[in-house]
Amino acid sequence: MSNLIAIFLSLAIINNFIVSKFLGLCPFFGVSKKLGNAVSMGVAVTLVMLIASLATWIINHYILIPFGVEYMNIIMYILVIASLVQMIELFIKRTNLTLYNALGIYLPLITTNCAVLGITLINAQESYSLIESMVAALGGGIGFTLVLIIMSGIREKLEIADTPRSMKGLPVAMLVGMLLGLTFFGFGGIV
Amino acid sequence: MGKFWKEFAKGIVISNPLFVLALGFCPALAVSTSVDNAIGMSAGVLFVLLGSNLLVSAIRKAVPNIVRIPVFIVIIATFVTVVNLVFHAYVPALYESLGIYLPLIVVNCIILGRAEAFASKNPITSSIADALGVSIGFFLALLIISFLRETLGTGSLSVFGAKLFTLPVLGKDPMILFILPPGAFLIMALLLALFRKIGVMKCE
Repeated sequence: MSNLIAIFLSLAIINNFIVSKFLGLCPFFGVSKKLGNAVSMGVAVTLVMLIASLATWIINHYILIPFGVEYMNIIMYILVIASLVQMIELFIKRTNLTLYNALGIYLPLITTNCAVLGITLINAQESYSLIESMVAALGGGIGFTLVLIIMSGIREKLEIADTPRSMKGLPVAMLVGMLLGLTFFGFGGIV
Repeated sequence: MGKFWKEFAKGIVISNPLFVLALGFCPALAVSTSVDNAIGMSAGVLFVLLGSNLLVSAIRKAVPNIVRIPVFIVIIATFVTVVNLVFHAYVPALYESLGIYLPLIVVNCIILGRAEAFASKNPITSSIADALGVSIGFFLALLIISFLRETLGTGSLSVFGAKLFTLPVLGKDPMILFILPPGAFLIMALLLALFRKIGVMKCE
């Protein structure tokens, strides 16, 4: 149990996907201007990360390892993620139109999000068990959502702030990333 | 031949993938802790980009438009697998320090971006020129970032085991911040602002 808590805290806070592992920077810089959008994006990514971790764990243990073709994992994972995202999109569209409209535009983008492929590779690299990989995916997803939410709040203030012309946009967002990174780094001792 | 050089030169400065197009930050920030890593990562990107641009350009007329993205992704993933296996076999130390960022070249926007925006519409020679130019642009950008991070963060510079120099004060008390993740954001922010100030890049 303490092992699971350690994995969760490590991926959610200390080794946060965005500010410490640099996975999923595009949504961090791009779409996080409104709180609602940040939450939708975070939830969508967390959902896909959970399902992708489950699917890749099954594929890893029942196909790749028994047949001794672990070296095919990159191709396999990216195909699984791409088709999963398509399926989730169709499923949500048919069952819950409100949710589809809220998540809609973010879902296709998630295929090329480093965070999703990242979590499946981390699970494979650390050879986590099924429960451990699900906890890792949940931790990573929650950490990702947390940073997007914090960033959306800061973005609103940045819009009205008097920033030097050459720092506007991306550079100042990077500086915010640095300060967030330092803050999250401060939690380093808790696990 | 003039066209070859035009496509080649374009990727280095005018449309530098990192500083101008702002693509592929994920590997650039993560592996720029040392010059060794930067060289390894750039070599991986060069091979994958060259292979994918070449193949995508060669089969561009045979691939139906509607399935082009999945086809490109599988092509890229294949080349990334090759790079992964080669690095694992011949440079295990580099393979260890690049970690998951080497397989993550698959989802690097630069490579899919070049396949979609350039190689799928242009003949093979231009696509090779484009791949070489963009890779060199990526390499130079990564070299600048990793040089600053390694010299400031460790106080010395060494390339593949050969120690080049040690800075007088920083050698004893290095600014460790720069090799930690926040330092990557700081260096990147300052470089982007500098390039905008001197007019290499446009302001928003």
